[in-house]
Amino acid sequence: MAKTIAEINQKIKEGKAVVFNAEEIIEIARLKGVKKTAQEVDVVTTGTFGIMCSSGAYFNIGHTKPRIKLGGGRAYLNDVPAYTGLAAVDLFLGANALPDDDPRNRVHPGEFNYGGGHVIEELVTGKDVRLVATAYGTDCYPRKKLETWINIKDLNQATLFNIRNAYQNYNVAANTSDKTLYTYMGVLKPKLSNANYSSAGQLSPLFNDPFYKTIGIGTRIFLGGGTGFIAWQGTQYNPNVPRTKKGVPKEGAGTLAVIGDLKQMSPRWLVGTSVMGYGCSLTVGIGVPIPILNEEILAFTTVTDADIIAPVIDYSDAFPNLKPDKLGEVTYAELKSGKIKIKGKEVPTASRSSYPKALEIANILKEWIRTGKFLLTEPVERLPGVESGVTLKPLKERPIED
Amino acid sequence: MVVSKKVVLRFPKRMVDRPIIYRLVKDYDLEFNILKASITPEQEGLLILELKGNQQEYDKGIEFLIKAGVKIQSLSQDVTRNEERCTHCGACITICPTGAFKLDQKTRMVIFENDKCIACGLCIPACPPRAMEVHF
Repeated sequence: MAKTIAEINQKIKEGKAVVFNAEEIIEIARLKGVKKTAQEVDVVTTGTFGIMCSSGAYFNIGHTKPRIKLGGGRAYLNDVPAYTGLAAVDLFLGANALPDDDPRNRVHPGEFNYGGGHVIEELVTGKDVRLVATAYGTDCYPRKKLETWINIKDLNQATLFNIRNAYQNYNVAANTSDKTLYTYMGVLKPKLSNANYSSAGQLSPLFNDPFYKTIGIGTRIFLGGGTGFIAWQGTQYNPNVPRTKKGVPKEGAGTLAVIGDLKQMSPRWLVGTSVMGYGCSLTVGIGVPIPILNEEILAFTTVTDADIIAPVIDYSDAFPNLKPDKLGEVTYAELKSGKIKIKGKEVPTASRSSYPKALEIANILKEWIRTGKFLLTEPVERLPGVESGVTLKPLKERPIED
Repeated sequence: MVVSKKVVLRFPKRMVDRPIIYRLVKDYDLEFNILKASITPEQEGLLILELKGNQQEYDKGIEFLIKAGVKIQSLSQDVTRNEERCTHCGACITICPTGAFKLDQKTRMVIFENDKCIACGLCIPACPPRAMEVHF
């Protein structure tokens, strides 16, 4: 018998909801069968904790006396430039932003010790952050300079707004060249000496709802230790990729744009991150609840690491040159065993995303739901499905002729 | 009894031009393997060694070093993991040349086996949350 989200919420309020994480549900459904499990279980919780580059936060710092218009001026938070193309005292800070004087990759590989992601972590920790800004001055906003400490608790708004997180599947990165590569997928040693992957696999949100049947715009989620919402489809969203018989995408597919109040969040689940030779970023914790509305949805949540296939991509050629070539395909079960076979060679693997932290997130969310602290939401609108025809296009460059 | 230990030796600048390690071999019959060395004339020198030999001779050799004015630290105190920052992603596992990081297959947590560490420092910049710290 099908359930509704309203019915599940009623059980959550009464403290009677039956909730398991996406790892536990595999064994339960195997023992009891899909039909019985779908009747008994109300919610399955998922989790992921990885480096999510398209992340950032916006702030309203409050008006100064006399007023200053940062819009069109320049602003720095702990020397990291923030985007000022907004109104008077609104700023946006991206996780990848770097101080103007950071040496970057001038001496390769650069270390990238401090950037936007680290500023976000420090703000969330409650540390004072140095704001230095200049403006051009207007009749209504006469001030031209501002240097002050700011603290998250004093900001009018501090909102995490990540435009692409929680990738549904991802490349496994390897290197066939004869020199070490420093990539966003980590250090890749020459001649296929290691391979790095980045997904929580069977625990990852979109693997447990591969056709976006329950996860949609307005879904309430665990975000950075607080609660947030799915705001939209993430950038580079692409439901139309090859899928397995069970519907699991065989390469990067769906993504999520997420939003939430930074003031509720914790540095435990938002970690400033340095990627050698690549840049700065933010490691983000996300957990999405999946309401078990029927057997079909439950069956999707029983996906295991052995069911999930990822492409192995050569980051010395195919990736940088946007070629479609693959070195092979492997399952997450193989990746997690510590070694995979690529072109006949045994290659040790390492993860970029943390499975134990993903599990911890799924368990925290489970506890929130079991104890009635977290109610599910009906999506306001579904994310585009396969039938939408949405795909991912490369840039078609057109020469500019004067 | 044969012992094998990794030690960090710090040479004050007045000693940099003396053949200290030679004496360890000649007088105490100790085998050494240089794991890291940074010796600059007129400055403090730093040497990370694996020393192997008879326990009694080893102790005498260490005593000789101390008397000579060399500061000694055991290596395990030098590379540490900041447990608060470590996210247990596993990025370090394939970076470490001696296999000092291991994945617990059950919990998927990354175990740092300090005694395998040779303080090469490769994991320090390769760790995304910068949880590995070196203290020389």
